[in-house]
Amino acid sequence: MSATTQRRCVQVLNEALHELFATREDVVLLGEDVLDPYGGAFKVTQGLSDAYPDRVLTTPISEASLFGVAAGMALRGRRPILEIMFGDFIALGMDQIVNGIAKFREMYDDQVTVPLVVRTPMGGRRGYGPTHSQSLEKLLLGVPNVCVVAASECHDLGALLVHAVEDERPVFFIENKLMYGRPSRRPEDGHIGELAVREAGGEYPALTFSGNAFDDASATVVTYGGMLPVVLDAVTELILEHEIFCEVVALSQLLPLDLDPVLESVARTGALVTAEEGTLTAGVGAEIAARVSELAWSDLRRPVRRVAARDGIIPSARTLEDAMLPRVEDVIDVVLALEGVRS
Amino acid sequence: MAALPDLYERMRFIRRFEETLLDLFSQGKLVGTTHTYIGQEANGVGVIDHLDPEVDVVFSNHRCHGHYLEFTGDAYGLLCEVMGRAPGTCGGKGGSQHLCKGNFYSNGILGSIVPVATGIALAEKQKGTGAVSTVFLGDGALGQGVVYESLNMASLWRLPVLFVVENNHYAQSTPIELELAGSIPARAEAFGICTAELDTTDVEEIHAAAGRAVSHVRETSEPFFLVLHTYRFSPHSKGDDTRDPAEIEERRTRDPLLVAGARLDSAEREAIDARVEERLAEVVAEAEAAPEATPEAAVL
Repeated sequence: MSATTQRRCVQVLNEALHELFATREDVVLLGEDVLDPYGGAFKVTQGLSDAYPDRVLTTPISEASLFGVAAGMALRGRRPILEIMFGDFIALGMDQIVNGIAKFREMYDDQVTVPLVVRTPMGGRRGYGPTHSQSLEKLLLGVPNVCVVAASECHDLGALLVHAVEDERPVFFIENKLMYGRPSRRPEDGHIGELAVREAGGEYPALTFSGNAFDDASATVVTYGGMLPVVLDAVTELILEHEIFCEVVALSQLLPLDLDPVLESVARTGALVTAEEGTLTAGVGAEIAARVSELAWSDLRRPVRRVAARDGIIPSARTLEDAMLPRVEDVIDVVLALEGVRS
Repeated sequence: MAALPDLYERMRFIRRFEETLLDLFSQGKLVGTTHTYIGQEANGVGVIDHLDPEVDVVFSNHRCHGHYLEFTGDAYGLLCEVMGRAPGTCGGKGGSQHLCKGNFYSNGILGSIVPVATGIALAEKQKGTGAVSTVFLGDGALGQGVVYESLNMASLWRLPVLFVVENNHYAQSTPIELELAGSIPARAEAFGICTAELDTTDVEEIHAAAGRAVSHVRETSEPFFLVLHTYRFSPHSKGDDTRDPAEIEERRTRDPLLVAGARLDSAEREAIDARVEERLAEVVAEAEAAPEATPEAAVL
């Protein structure tokens, strides 16, 4: 696809919302500043309220309650999409998420479902500082009965969002601030750029990338969301500068974790690196590392390594933020440090 | 409108059901916890009589048995649920505080239910069902910020929510003087919500006021905030009562069952009481004979 026809990720998500509103009367959207002409802080809802004024609701700044309002609507047969302006603000909704949204279906003995979608952007690298830059999706991984989907620029964003709205489970749809403005990059003839790509899984598939047609590779790097372009840059540089080939698995479904594509790749490579933008401790990578160690110990020839943000705040100043968040060089360094990789 | 003997019978049933639960606890036949409605029966009965279980929605709190019995009439499902038996309303998964049947829901986090009830009203309004979403909360829940966020949204969006505050003057063991500042109705008035305030144990008075409140919500599709000052005779949950016994005794002189019962012919009242005992004994016998919830059933 030529650069002139490539759509930005924000446009793809916006078109998916328009398609959902056109095809389903029960879909409603609520959030802060979502009305036209503003169209949401990141412009994902542009045009929706003009087209569907009765189904798009701009709200007070009341996140703690909005999760509950959306839950109530979902319990009563609506398909609410709740836009939370910054992912950091899910912290305000944790009671509703943990003690309501995630519990209603099971504790009410399957008499109800809570089919809501929470759309929210995570991620830093924009200088927004400690409370508007975090990647907090890992907090949701400890909440049974919710589904966490992380969108990346290489996934079919529209299909992911449509599946999320049609899902009977509560879905946390994690977007990324830098992703919005980047081009949507879908595989063409099985490739994205120079890398071969395989797509596997159900409604929220994983993408597996290879720079040498899935021949021998030194390691598998598993990542998701806004960290994917960082990892792809790193593996490209490893090929060009070091002639080291890695496979990359980009998950879109973080919870429940489906690690089949990771296990398949690790069976080929014998080594695993996890890469995420969130902080290291008790992160997504920790859970993946534990599970792969349990399920594929015999395939692993060396310990799993994790790349993540330092356990601290995300400072505002560009230089300080850069030092805090995982960079291309961090991924490269961890791969190069794997025992036997440079042999 | 239900006649007084009917209202009395329902209050009497709730009272005896809750007393029976406490008995079963002391006999070791129940585990976990329970928060009984003893003393507050006139509120639930007076309000819920105006609701249609086929259309309207009730969201209740940790002290939900009275509301549940009045709205669903399902004593067997509730007792089985509290006893951990398979035929329980939620198969034993929810227990005393987490009930769901038809249009009835309850949850155990104070105040947390209020936004959900607000969202329910929003959905029902969008669907055009004409449903009233009623949420029961207490003085303790007024300490939670989401209550005020919900009042704001319910008023702003003109949602059909009936907020019923049962002020029993204690948040667990803490008297209201130590947990609440200012006026309760003024909280809702500040958001432009119509309010009414009653300090009575007379089910007929509560019933009349609640009728006006429900009509207001139904006819205007706007919220209403009904404050019922009340008192629980029983502990917060089971044995945890540090209140002055003299205070409880004084309150018992205004027991809603005494107030309503005094207006009935004594023969009629005794007949009702006997009928309640008979029904309750049947429910207890059936629940005790019901199978325990099994782990296989607990897998969704």
